[in-house]
Amino acid sequence: MPVICQEEGRCLTASISGELDHHRAKEIMRELDRQIDAALPRSLRLDLEQLTFSDSSGIAVLLRAYRRMRQLEGSMEVCNTPAQARKVFQAAGLEKLIQFAEKSE
Amino acid sequence: MKPDNYTILEFPSRSANEGFARTAAACFAAQLDPTLDEVNDIKTAVSEAVTNAIVHAYPDTLGKVVVKLRILPGQVLEIAVRDWGVGIEDVEQARTPLFTTGSDERSGMGFTIMESFMDTVKVRSKPGKGTTVVMRRSIARRAGR
Repeated sequence: MPVICQEEGRCLTASISGELDHHRAKEIMRELDRQIDAALPRSLRLDLEQLTFSDSSGIAVLLRAYRRMRQLEGSMEVCNTPAQARKVFQAAGLEKLIQFAEKSE
Repeated sequence: MKPDNYTILEFPSRSANEGFARTAAACFAAQLDPTLDEVNDIKTAVSEAVTNAIVHAYPDTLGKVVVKLRILPGQVLEIAVRDWGVGIEDVEQARTPLFTTGSDERSGMGFTIMESFMDTVKVRSKPGKGTTVVMRRSIARRAGR
C-alpha cells in the first residue's frame, strides 16, 4: 500500500512510501482523501520517511491534503522528509505554507 | 558540440515510463561520477520534462517520446526530451510558476523545478508540431579523479 494510516485520538498519521510521480499521484491522492474523510482528524501528520522519490506531483499531493485540512479547520504537519523531496518542496516555496518538522535522525 | 557519449530512449507516452526514463537517465549519468545530490537533481528534472510530454503533449492519445542523453566535453550532461504532440502556444506562460493547463493533480511547478535543478533549460515548441526541452547540467569533477 502506498499510504498507510494510523489514528490516535483525532490525529491521523499517513505514511507515504515509494516513488511519488504523476504515475502514482492520483492513487495516493485518492487514498489520502478517503482516509481524511473517514477520520475527519483535527491534525494530520504526513510521514514521508519511506518516500524514495518525489517530483512536482508531490507538491500537488501536499497542497491538496493541506487544503482539505484547512476546510476541516485542522492542522497539518509533514515530517521525516527525505533530502530529495525536500529540495523539490523548497523550490516550490511550500515551506512558507506548510509546516515541516525536522527530519528525525 | 561533438558529444563524448550519448544514448537515445524512445517510448510511448504511458505514465509507467516516467520512472523508467528518470532511472535510465541516472544510470547513463553515472559515468560522470555524480554525487547523490546531482543524481537526484537529474532524476527530478527528467521526471518533470517527461511527465510534461506524457500529460500535456498527448492529452487524449498515445504518442512518441524521445529522450536523448549526451555527454558534452567538460563533464556536461545534456538531456533533450522531444515529443510530436500538441505543442505549446505560449512558452513563457507555460514556464510561469503555478501555471498549468492540467487537472488538479498537477502543480504547475514542472518548469520551475527543471530551472532550479538544471544549469540551463531551453524550450522549443510549435503548436500542432511538438515540443523539445533541452536541459544541461555540468557535473563537478570530484577531488582525487
